[in-house]
Amino acid sequence: MKAKCLSLAAATALAALLAAGCSSSDSGTTDAGSTDSASRGSSGTQSASGGLSGTVTVFAAASLQESFTTFEEQFEQANPEVDVILNLGASSALATGITQGQPADVFASASQSTMDTVIAAGAAESATAFAKNTMQIAVPPANPAGITALSDLTRSGVKVALCQTQVPCGKAAATVFDNASLTVVPVSEESDVKAVLTKVRLGEVDAGIVYVTDVRAAGGEVTDIDIPADVNASTTYPITTLTESEHPAAARAFVEHVLSDEGAEVLASAGFSTP
Amino acid sequence: MTRSVRQPIRRSTAPWPLAVPAAVGVTFLLVPLAAMLLRTPWSSLPDVLRDPAVLDALRLSLVTATSSTAVAVVLGVPLAWVLARTHFRGLSLLRALVTLPLVLPPVVGGVALLLAFGRLGVVGRWLDEWFGFTLPFTTLGVVLAQCFVAMPFLVVTVEGAFRGLDRGFEEAASTLGASRLATFRRVTLPLIAPSLAAGTVLCWARALGEFGATITFAGNSPGITQTMPLAVYLAMESDPEAAIALSLVLLTVSVAVLALLRDRWLRPGSTL
Repeated sequence: MKAKCLSLAAATALAALLAAGCSSSDSGTTDAGSTDSASRGSSGTQSASGGLSGTVTVFAAASLQESFTTFEEQFEQANPEVDVILNLGASSALATGITQGQPADVFASASQSTMDTVIAAGAAESATAFAKNTMQIAVPPANPAGITALSDLTRSGVKVALCQTQVPCGKAAATVFDNASLTVVPVSEESDVKAVLTKVRLGEVDAGIVYVTDVRAAGGEVTDIDIPADVNASTTYPITTLTESEHPAAARAFVEHVLSDEGAEVLASAGFSTP
Repeated sequence: MTRSVRQPIRRSTAPWPLAVPAAVGVTFLLVPLAAMLLRTPWSSLPDVLRDPAVLDALRLSLVTATSSTAVAVVLGVPLAWVLARTHFRGLSLLRALVTLPLVLPPVVGGVALLLAFGRLGVVGRWLDEWFGFTLPFTTLGVVLAQCFVAMPFLVVTVEGAFRGLDRGFEEAASTLGASRLATFRRVTLPLIAPSLAAGTVLCWARALGEFGATITFAGNSPGITQTMPLAVYLAMESDPEAAIALSLVLLTVSVAVLALLRDRWLRPGSTL
């Protein structure tokens, strides 16, 4: 009896696992009518069809966390039948996931080069730039190491966290140091920009190189120190729908929402500049 | 020490309600490993394995896993003895707390370590103030993270051995005038040696595979805190082929450990 229960349970668990492994098989078809478009935001550049349904899985760079969370709320409000699932992480890791066949509908990357790897693999056709970001030094509010300029990061005993160089924010930090002819040895190379910000927030490091938008998102928990414009690096964010998308209509509508005037407002308030 | 001579009944076939899920289970466990072998870039494998960065990560992994296992043995064996042989109020609570890291998600362990030994941590603050010494982002921090996660494996294994021990030998030793410490060293320890060895290997394997607590607490710095699991995770972001090759190295080590356990210590009837 007990064994039977156990094996049943095991089989059930496994079936669930296998089902999860397969791509989501929800009602992907747009069902007719019924959804009269709910109260919309101000801009009208939204998907004009009120009949979108299904899930839209959005792979987005970690630095887009705040603005894309807002996009998710706005989009789900405008399309009650749609469930947006955000997967945030390092752009390069997300790109690897996509090229290895992880099911996704939209990809928003923090650099053109990671987007190019996805396009080269045939997972997307083309991408549209929708935002631009520059780098800033983030220090804990107490500023224990007394950082005032970029060159302070080279002092011995100053603990600096950077993104690892494979990640867009790491590449940008390397560019900044190159431009300023400085050599900085970080105590940690984090997997994405939010991890760098966390180390600064916790006061574990004296400084980190992050995006302007991250400093803004952290509110008063970190202090920003500007990098001179002539040595600063910027990165451009492209977005695209993916060819393997299960719900291309909803995915297209989401991308359109990001590119809309309403989307631009959200991005601007997060600190992004226009590409 | 009584030996049962009853042979268990062995049948060649299992009833299908057991055989089917068992087969599915085996398949599920083996397919990912087989897939890894199929996708391993054999031609570029030697290059990957000669890469100084990879050798650095492997060396660091072996050094830290061995160090944390040594610490775990020194602290864990006496702890296991206390849990098995003493009686006081709150002992069962203590046992539960000691084994908590067994079930705690490693990343949570990393957060806890950061709050304790980080630069602004409960203990770490004073370390920094008095000695100007911080643990995160150091190799010692890696050892600490691994030890925190892996030591309970050793404690649980060794405690089981202490409990299952025939007390007659120890009593005989003390009757003959051996002190408690001498008895422990000369009688008890040799008796539990097989379990101690098994626990040590388990602990070492767990330390070698430690990822979550390490990246959270010690960060990622090549040659200093970047162990093999971190190298695999980060290589996945830029160079999946290298990540597969690195995974293969870890898989080989794991298989070797398992073989060692099976042949040397994991005999049926040993206390594990």
